[in-house]
Amino acid sequence: MGTPDLLTSILASDLADPAGLMPARQQMALSLGWHIILACFGVAFPAIIFTMHLIGIRRNDPDALVLARRWAKVSAVLFAIGAVSGTVLSFEMGLLWPGLMGTYGDVLGLPFAFEGLAFFLEAIFLGIYLYGWGRMPPKQHLLMVLPMAVTGVIGTFCVIAVNAWMNAPVGFDVVDGEVTNIRPWAVLLNPDAFWQFLHMWVAAYMVAGFSIAAVYAVGMLRGRRDRRHRLGFTVAFAFASVSAVLQPFVGHLLGGRLAVTQPAKLAAFELAMETDDGPSPLRLGGLLVDGEVRWAIDIPRLGSLIARNSFTEPVQGLDTIPAADHPPINITHLAFQSMVGIGTLLMVAVLLFWFARWRGHDLLAGRWYLRFVAVSGVLAIVAMEAGWIATEVGRQPWIVYGFMRTPEAAGENSGLWWLYGATFVVYTAMTIGAIVVLRSMARRWRAGEEDLPSPYGPQLQETDR
Amino acid sequence: MTLEIAVAAALFAGVLAYALFGGADFGSGFYDLTAGGPSRGAELRTLVDHSIGPVWEANHVWLIYVLVTWWTAFPESFASTMSTLILPMLFALLGIVLRGSSFAFRKYAATLTQARFFGAVFALSSVVTPFFFGTIAGAIASGRVPASGRGELIGSWVNPTSLFGGVIAVGTCAFLAGCFLTADAARGGSTRLAEQLRVRTLLVGLATGAVVLGALVPLERDAPTLADGLETQAAPLIVLSSVAGVGTLVLLVRRRYAVARLTALVAVAAVVAGWGVGQYPWLLVDQVTIEDAAGADATLAALLVAVGIAAVLVVPSLAYLYRLTQTEAWTRPHH
Repeated sequence: MGTPDLLTSILASDLADPAGLMPARQQMALSLGWHIILACFGVAFPAIIFTMHLIGIRRNDPDALVLARRWAKVSAVLFAIGAVSGTVLSFEMGLLWPGLMGTYGDVLGLPFAFEGLAFFLEAIFLGIYLYGWGRMPPKQHLLMVLPMAVTGVIGTFCVIAVNAWMNAPVGFDVVDGEVTNIRPWAVLLNPDAFWQFLHMWVAAYMVAGFSIAAVYAVGMLRGRRDRRHRLGFTVAFAFASVSAVLQPFVGHLLGGRLAVTQPAKLAAFELAMETDDGPSPLRLGGLLVDGEVRWAIDIPRLGSLIARNSFTEPVQGLDTIPAADHPPINITHLAFQSMVGIGTLLMVAVLLFWFARWRGHDLLAGRWYLRFVAVSGVLAIVAMEAGWIATEVGRQPWIVYGFMRTPEAAGENSGLWWLYGATFVVYTAMTIGAIVVLRSMARRWRAGEEDLPSPYGPQLQETDR
Repeated sequence: MTLEIAVAAALFAGVLAYALFGGADFGSGFYDLTAGGPSRGAELRTLVDHSIGPVWEANHVWLIYVLVTWWTAFPESFASTMSTLILPMLFALLGIVLRGSSFAFRKYAATLTQARFFGAVFALSSVVTPFFFGTIAGAIASGRVPASGRGELIGSWVNPTSLFGGVIAVGTCAFLAGCFLTADAARGGSTRLAEQLRVRTLLVGLATGAVVLGALVPLERDAPTLADGLETQAAPLIVLSSVAGVGTLVLLVRRRYAVARLTALVAVAAVVAGWGVGQYPWLLVDQVTIEDAAGADATLAALLVAVGIAAVLVVPSLAYLYRLTQTEAWTRPHH
């Protein structure tokens, strides 16, 4: 958003919006943006661990078993802070958005109930798996990971079903201003949920896969080129590769629905200010300054092909949509383009790797590809966050598209700024804590300490016994 | 039974489960906090870590179950409760966040200093969190949360019923945890630790019992509807709770730890159920009944389907987890 544009929108919103709106938005952006990264690990890590553990058991491979066990310990830390930051979100639904929950709570609630159910099973089997090492028969123990991989899928679907419903509401009627004729199953199984779910699910595998591969790439850059590093890299990178290649197609199919369901969002994605006479160009980069598109590179026809699967149909322009219903155009556009750009880069990079390998070249032998993989985790996270910003900001000014504007959902509580400040402090502390602990785990593993000691002077306790 | 009552019962079952299982987890923080310095407290802290490590995340999900069921089934009352009780809700939430993360961090901390820091955060927040949940229960039970809109920001949870609720919540959690930890210690063969825990659990039990009885007097004036319900329809539960509570103390004195765990569960379950039965048919006491607060029938019916599926899938899995934690292989501290 250009500076004058941004200023006006902030000033204007101060006049009309409830005091709780801006802090609620910031709060939601921070807490959900933070949680979503851990949620990716919660969803994808179990399947990655399962694969490594399976390799370990099938091939009787001690290295794979060591890695699976270490990954399980890492996932314990990530899952713990993921669970608490997820709890924060369920409180925030009511604390920040009383208008939404009071009016639509019984419409959108059912998917959350099933998500809760999935999360319950995930937490139970995580406990069993983590503490089952060395305490259960190996094959039975391995099977304890599977429920987590499955519930991760169900949980993702349910949460996305709610978000898809916010984008394309179904399952209720509004008669004389009253929400009535509620059909909760229609919300759970709403037609927009499937593609949106698939996009997020694959993104979770990209985030987890690239992040884990990045850790081993850094290790190799520092000269640790043992078998464990290669194995850890390969398994994680394989997951990342499959997802990175699938993702553009999934995203394309999801985007294809936008022209029908949310033309304003699509127009903002494409920076389409006016409906073109013929096919629309693909706009790379560019910003909207004083109502004009600047610094964009237009590739003719490609916009129509990508957004509408057609060589002739134009992208509907923002001029056809009342100005009051425009989303923040620059944020939406830049977020969308960042997601697509990074996603494309990651896809090309993994194709390059496997192509080179097929031709007998090992890209891991040199340093430049390792350097790229080392940052790929962060890139995948940025792409995922950008995609989420694109879909959420692009839905504005609606919280329930076409039915409830975001200001109507917020409360009057200006004290929420304090909450935002406190959340910022707590989440920063939690991030630092997690990094400190994960790094120290890695350091001790390198030093050959496999079984980490229990808290508070375990040596003392040993001699006591 | 109407649809609304069935869903309210399912919701309350979640509250009960959270109070019992989540409560026992939270309560262990009290013993962790008061275990003494690093070397003196090492054995107890290892026991706490070992005893709640596999189960705390699963026990925590009951809270999410309660929140989700509440906003789905009774949306407007959820919104008004959250707006009115925003402060204790946030304090409890802060406690949950700090507790969960620092528990995980402590387990894998690199140095003793780090472990002590995370341990202190874990233990403190474990004690503080139930207090705020107790004040929330007190606010609802004393009729301070309106059916819609927003009640008093401070007075709603700073009042006799809420404060007693908070203290009772802390006490019952610690009592439950004490019974479980004592039994765990005894089963693991740490007789000295079991003795130490036994004495402290007895003290916690006596103190909590005294507070519960003492609370009945101010409750008469501050929360008349609840007090009335406790004296009439919920009276059998209150009697049951007292009997089970006294029974637990006797069993602890006689070192019958395995049975004492069960009677402690009964005592706490009865007192929490007493609250629920006592305030029936109100969802928010004196403000809105369960019938009037309920959302759409179709949603309630769908929610019961979800609860049914949970009963089939979650309960056996949870039982399996609990059973594993009680086996010989899982009691071994090292492997």
